Amino acid sequence: MALIKDVAKVCKSKNAGPFELTIDVVFDTAEMFNRVKATGVLCPALFARLYDVPEEYVLFTPYDAAFAFKATFPRLVPAGDFGDTDVYGCQQHAPLLDVDLPI
Amino acid sequence: MTKEIRLLSTSAILGYGFPEASLKAGMDRQPHVIGVDGGSVDPGPHYLGSGKPFCSPIAIRRDLRLMLNAAVRANIPLVIGTSGGAGGAPHLDLVAGMAREIAAEDGLHFKMALIQAEQDKASVKRRVAAGRVHPLARQPALTAEIVDRSTRIVGMMGPEPFIEALDAGAGVVLAGRASDPASWAAAAIRAGLPPAPAWYAGKMLECGATPSIPKGHDCLFVTVREDHMECEPTNPARRCTPLSIANHSLHENSSPIHHIEPGGMLDTSDCRFDAVSDRAVRISGMRWNPASQYTVKLEGVELAGYRSICVCGTRDPLLIGRLDNFIASVRAEVATKAAAFGASPDSYQLGIRIYGTDGVMGAREPLRDATPHELGFVLEVVSQQSQEMASAVLGMARTNMLHTDFPGRLCREGNMAFPFSPSDIEVGPVYRFSVYHVAELDDPAEPFPIHYETL
Repeated sequence: MALIKDVAKVCKSKNAGPFELTIDVVFDTAEMFNRVKATGVLCPALFARLYDVPEEYVLFTPYDAAFAFKATFPRLVPAGDFGDTDVYGCQQHAPLLDVDLPI
Repeated sequence: MTKEIRLLSTSAILGYGFPEASLKAGMDRQPHVIGVDGGSVDPGPHYLGSGKPFCSPIAIRRDLRLMLNAAVRANIPLVIGTSGGAGGAPHLDLVAGMAREIAAEDGLHFKMALIQAEQDKASVKRRVAAGRVHPLARQPALTAEIVDRSTRIVGMMGPEPFIEALDAGAGVVLAGRASDPASWAAAAIRAGLPPAPAWYAGKMLECGATPSIPKGHDCLFVTVREDHMECEPTNPARRCTPLSIANHSLHENSSPIHHIEPGGMLDTSDCRFDAVSDRAVRISGMRWNPASQYTVKLEGVELAGYRSICVCGTRDPLLIGRLDNFIASVRAEVATKAAAFGASPDSYQLGIRIYGTDGVMGAREPLRDATPHELGFVLEVVSQQSQEMASAVLGMARTNMLHTDFPGRLCREGNMAFPFSPSDIEVGPVYRFSVYHVAELDDPAEPFPIHYETL
């Protein structure tokens, strides 16, 4: 078992436009990327659960060329609207750090 | 000889700063074009609404002076997209005014093109009425009412207006809102290179040295050829690696493989990232799929009210232990007292942000039940009535956070530590995004008129 924060090289969040948040998890070797991919843990359902969004709103894309996984889903509040806590969306990654990967 | 174009980007945004030595190192490699992205939608709706720049005018002027001198003296074009942060008319005016002043002060002479991106409401309403505007990101359909309510709307231009300005002989091209890679794609496409590596080059250059490590605001040098492009930071302290480039390829987009741009889609599914040295990376395998319909994004904001805020904190464990009830008491007291001086509950929003529980993630915070030894608060009021009323309601919230009693209270002189006097800050008008749509165009340059002047 391994936590994402111990095996990933990048785990970050950011706006993808004012209405969506995008989260990237990047590994530094094809070998590690493929091992993680094979577990199936990183998937739309994981993001739906961690961020409380309907699964069908999660656009999930493994990107083999970059050894990366990307998930994009609606922000809780549009950037800059009343109640937004993170205008740039760059501090929304923490729940992923402790996700345990059976590798 | 292999056809290539060399492009030098100085930083992620005009006004972020870059080392002068990095600019010189880049110029020594004889770029064909120098430029920088001038802004982003990322800092939120305020800048488009207020017409104010995102970076300070002092910082913008410093970067612009160095770039103008470098470009004019080397006789190569300087191209800047999304001038002034949001790319509306006042933002472009600000940067154009600076360029004129710097030219006069430093004895520089050039033909300048100013490409407007601000859209008049009548033209947007005509596009809406013609059924040629479509929502993005699950937004509602655009209506004439939303357009009328909006404070300012810009169109996000593609490469075509830049190409037109460069073809007209402009030495300096300052544009309003543009797709971030568009100015760079324009330079490469105009040089006869295919759109796929041209757009990809733009995706790297629009953030300056961000695709390198250590990440920082600095210069990036890109060489575009027929079937690939190469990235290298000009500062020897930084380097691009396949991982740093791959990481940046994910930046601020919803899909890492399908990048929608005006006029087509950049498909990066089969990209390869190969180190060509310990500091430079070659990217190949990108494809460009032309769209059947040319579209540009529209961005607009509307006034949401006026905000006042206050920062305070508590170190009292008895209060922290029963915070929910305390906050509910404060809210009830504020509602009563504000209504008494004319602020009805539906005329303002009171936010009590609690740093130490869920200030950063809000409702998505999984650890909200942890008990910290201190908590920070940002009190905010957004009033639809006026700035004065926002401050009046905020003052009532601040007083009640300070003095409201709670069971078991020992700190009877006050519940909150205030770091500042005055404690309350008037933030000004608050905007929210009202337009985030795409418009179909027959002529990609039509909404973006170009004005030329000779300095």
